[in-house]
Amino acid sequence: MTITDEIIDYVGILAKLELSEDEKEQAKKDMSNMLEYVSKLDELDTSNVEAMSHAFPVKNVFREDVVTNGDDRENLLANAPEQKEGCYKVPKTFD
Amino acid sequence: MSKTYETVIGLEVHVELATKTKIFCGCSTLFGGAPNTHTCPVCTGMPGSLPVLNKGVVEKAVAVGLATNCTITQNCKFDRKNYFYPDNPQNYQISQLYYPICRDGKVEIEVDGNKKFVRIHEIHMEEDAGKLVHDPYSDSSLVDYNRSGVPLIEIVSEPDMRSAEEVIAYLEKLRLIIQYLGASDCKLNEGSMRADVNLSIREVGSEKFGTRTEMKNLNSFKAIARAIENEKERQIDLLESGEEVIQETRRWDDTKEYSYAMRSKEDAQDYRYFPDPDLVPIIISDEWMNEIKSRQPELRDEKRIRYKEEYDIPEYDIDIITNSKKLADIFEEAISLGAAPKKVSNWLMVETMRLMKEHEMDADDLKFSAKNLAAIIKMVDDKVINGTVAKEVFEKVFADNIDPEKYVEDNGLKTVNDEGALRKVIEEVIANNPKSVEDYKGGKEKAIGALVGQTMKAMQGKADPGEVNRILKEELAK
Repeated sequence: MTITDEIIDYVGILAKLELSEDEKEQAKKDMSNMLEYVSKLDELDTSNVEAMSHAFPVKNVFREDVVTNGDDRENLLANAPEQKEGCYKVPKTFD
Repeated sequence: MSKTYETVIGLEVHVELATKTKIFCGCSTLFGGAPNTHTCPVCTGMPGSLPVLNKGVVEKAVAVGLATNCTITQNCKFDRKNYFYPDNPQNYQISQLYYPICRDGKVEIEVDGNKKFVRIHEIHMEEDAGKLVHDPYSDSSLVDYNRSGVPLIEIVSEPDMRSAEEVIAYLEKLRLIIQYLGASDCKLNEGSMRADVNLSIREVGSEKFGTRTEMKNLNSFKAIARAIENEKERQIDLLESGEEVIQETRRWDDTKEYSYAMRSKEDAQDYRYFPDPDLVPIIISDEWMNEIKSRQPELRDEKRIRYKEEYDIPEYDIDIITNSKKLADIFEEAISLGAAPKKVSNWLMVETMRLMKEHEMDADDLKFSAKNLAAIIKMVDDKVINGTVAKEVFEKVFADNIDPEKYVEDNGLKTVNDEGALRKVIEEVIANNPKSVEDYKGGKEKAIGALVGQTMKAMQGKADPGEVNRILKEELAK
């Protein structure tokens, strides 16, 4: 699959990345290489194989519905670049 | 020539599940904590933290699915829905796209005596997002992640509804099923039940659906009804003037009674869903499913039938009482404590409804216990207090759930059962009201009312009206 300028721009928008022209060219090349590499798998007939989401056959890992965590706000907020009134302060965001 | 149009409506209903903890971590789901005090590395999306699924969420979701006639997806999984927004610290929401836990259900609704089914496309489990508050002082946004990771189910209907009345009947039906199951309290005004309305217009008889819009921010049944009427008119106006409906998400402003576009198709989101590798598949065995089914409590429709058979109360009363799990619980508990069903129903239908209206309250917010209501009913039955005093005591019980027996005792509200004392008061009343006595003896039987009133006044309301009547008649016959 060829990665066109449109695809790079679209991926950039989704990932909220601003790329310079040079970076775009590099990213186009990298993405093409990756897609080419995994496209090798298309050579296999997988029509009768169920899609797999995990490498190990593990299922039903649950927690009981019991509160185990208390208030750890101070530690959690310690790494926030900015905070105010116990909240994470972020650039103004609209709905 | 003007065309006739039909409104086609489908709903996406989010319901917050009533678990003690969040869906993927052991943080409390309690409402109203100080900001970020119910958070941990998992629900704030810290690198390296891992989600572990709350078993209670799966059981509640399955219970709702079974009660809405869905097929349970016995091999189901979680997926990541990717988007950037500060209310979502992981940059993805854990949801279900490929294998939602329930599919192909239906519930029956009734509008003006007409019954119909609304089909449920699917129900999936997902996590709620945090809350953003705009801070005008610093012109920034403040994020509270207490709601982040609170378990939700999203119930997606088929486009089977044709009017605001049908939409509300469907929502009421879901609310009652889910409340009776104990899976959520379903309060629209507090956000534990939220409905997004997908609406399109087509000419009557047309098979094809029109272009639909999605309406958000509807937090009361009234707002939903108004928004539907408004959006229907807006789309018809567009079509009539030869314009097109644009597929978009609109936000309803209930105070201004109009909606505005939030996002349009041009910047449509691409969520790039993929299976969440941190969460393993959920296998729901027949055995587990049957166990959940066996725990299903009596639901509203079953209750209505049973009440009709067991209790001699009007169908209208049954509908009102069973329309709230809270009322139905009070009703049944008071009866189990020995109160007569008809009397309990009367207290709920008359005094309770009157006070609820006066205080603009929902039945879900009632604070008084069935035990205290039953105690009032017993005091009236035993002629410890009369009906007027009982109403006064009930107002106190309604407001603060006080102990009615103690209140009656402390305030000396007991009916005076001393016949000698009562007779003495009556003799005085007769002596002091010659006009009424004369009227009564002259054939105006109603005149006795004034004498009863005078006697009750003299007794400070603490007499049994039946006794007063009886003794008065005796004395007047002398």
